[in-house]
Formats: sequence, C-alpha cells, structure tokens
Amino acid sequence: MKVSAIITLKKDVLDPQGKVIHQALDGMGFENISEVRQGKYFEIDVNENDPGKAKAVVEDMCKKLLANLVIENFKIIETQ
Amino acid sequence: MKSSVITFPGSNCDRDMDVALKKFGFNNKMVWHDDNELPKSDLVVLPGGFSYGDYLRCGSMASKSRIMQSVINFAKSGGLVMGICNGFQILVETGLVPGVLLRNKYLEFICKNVFVKLDNKENAYFKNLNKDVLEFHIAHNEGNYFCTEDQLKEIKDNNQIAIYYCNKEGRIEDRYNPNGSIKNIAGIFNKEKNVLGMMPHPERMIDQSLSGEDGSIFFKNLINNIK
Repeated sequence: MKVSAIITLKKDVLDPQGKVIHQALDGMGFENISEVRQGKYFEIDVNENDPGKAKAVVEDMCKKLLANLVIENFKIIETQ
Repeated sequence: MKSSVITFPGSNCDRDMDVALKKFGFNNKMVWHDDNELPKSDLVVLPGGFSYGDYLRCGSMASKSRIMQSVINFAKSGGLVMGICNGFQILVETGLVPGVLLRNKYLEFICKNVFVKLDNKENAYFKNLNKDVLEFHIAHNEGNYFCTEDQLKEIKDNNQIAIYYCNKEGRIEDRYNPNGSIKNIAGIFNKEKNVLGMMPHPERMIDQSLSGEDGSIFFKNLINNIK
C-alpha cells in the first residue's frame, strides 16, 4: 500500500528558501501571506497490506533517513 | 603515520586531501565507500565534495554507506576522524558530532578565504599550534551550522567548539560570519575531541602559489601530534 510522509522544518529553524518564495509571491501580488515554509513530500509504495505495519515501516524510515530530527518533524499519511 | 581518505560518489576534494596528507608525511590510502573495512589508520578523513549529488540532505546518503559503519566504530574506539566540508555534513548525519548544516543564510554558494579562530587546543588536531588564527578556504552552499539550545549548551559546557569565523585579528563578530552559522561556528568536535568536523578546507592552503600556507602549518602540526 501507498504511504506518504511529509517532512517539515521545526518552528524555530530558519527557512531562507521559504522566505525567498514568500518575497516572490509577495512581488507577484499575493500580498495576503504571513509566512511560507518549505518542506518535503515522499510517496512510498510498501509491500504490505496491513496499514498499521506499513505506516510503522515508513515511520522507521523517517527516523533513520528521510528526516533529520534535529531540525525536522515528520507526519505520516495513509494514502491508499 | 597512516591515513585513509574515503571517496564517495561525488567527492571532489579527495585527491586534494591525498596530496596534502602525503606532502606532510602521511602514508595515505584512498578507500572506496562500498568497502567493508578501513585499512589500519591513525587518521581517517571524510573529504569535501557533493556526495550523492547532495540528494535528500547534504551528507545524508553517504552517512549510510557501507564503509561508514567501520568509520563509526573507529571513531567510537577513539580513532581520529576529520570531516571537511561535505565530510562535516556526513559527520553530523552520522550523529558523531552534534547539530546540522543548513543552507547558507543568504542562499549563495560561498567560495572565498576566511579567517578562523581556534577555541580549544586540548586535542590532537590543534595541540602545540603556534597560531590562534588561521586563514583557510571555504566553498559551500550548506555551511550554516545549527543546533538546538540544549545542544548548544552541551557543546559549550564540553568545549566542543573547534573553530569560529573571525577577522584577521581573531575578533569573532557577526559581520565576519559568512553563512549565518550559530555563534560563528565553523567547526565542532565530538565530546571526546577525536572527531573534528569543519567547513573550511585546510588542504587548499598548502602552497603559497595556491593562496596560502596556513594549511601547511595545520598538517605539519597534526602529524607531529599523532607521532
């Protein structure tokens, strides 16, 4: 089954890319924005039918490689 | 004295480091990332470059490569491991040194000479060095050192800050910080001080015709400390 993981920067970590995107959007006329934070999205097809087990595998992946827990948080979503 | 330089796919300072180590008397071996075991070494160097194209996070893929388990075991048994630039990024991803390296504050790739101030000479890398400020070269996009408040306190309490960005006179101020690093940090030790990660490249400063000699001072001192 497919499991998704969303990795986001923790609140107090500076995100210069997000800031530049914010400025660009602002310049394009999207003025009603207070902040932009950039993150990562993974879609992983796990050979496992049990949603609980599939999510547990992806959680392990996030902890060991996909996210750096010093600066990032992760969220797992069952997509299929 | 025996040294090993690990080559990852995308390393590009590995041969510069080989030249530098040999010039100052090391018997250096190049080691491939997919090997299982390190050769007998007094010093292991993780060189600069763009291992695995900086995919995911700089250094993250290289930190999981086969040779790294042997490097981690070597470091944990007290062996000297030095990571330069991408090597520093690999070290933080292994957890051997604390913190992370974020994108430079102003989103620019920085390539220039900088001055760094040594914070602590009670270690194999800087002991007996007769200078406190060295001129090294930096070339990186992700050198903005970051750690949590708790980690910073621990790093300070254990004297783990190796070098700071500063000016020629050794003044550590915000305006001499090229990349936004927390507290101007350019290099960090592990608690035991046998593992050193730093963004600047001493191997680029070993020849007057190539911009300077402070790398020579560093390597000459290093081999004398290891002997």
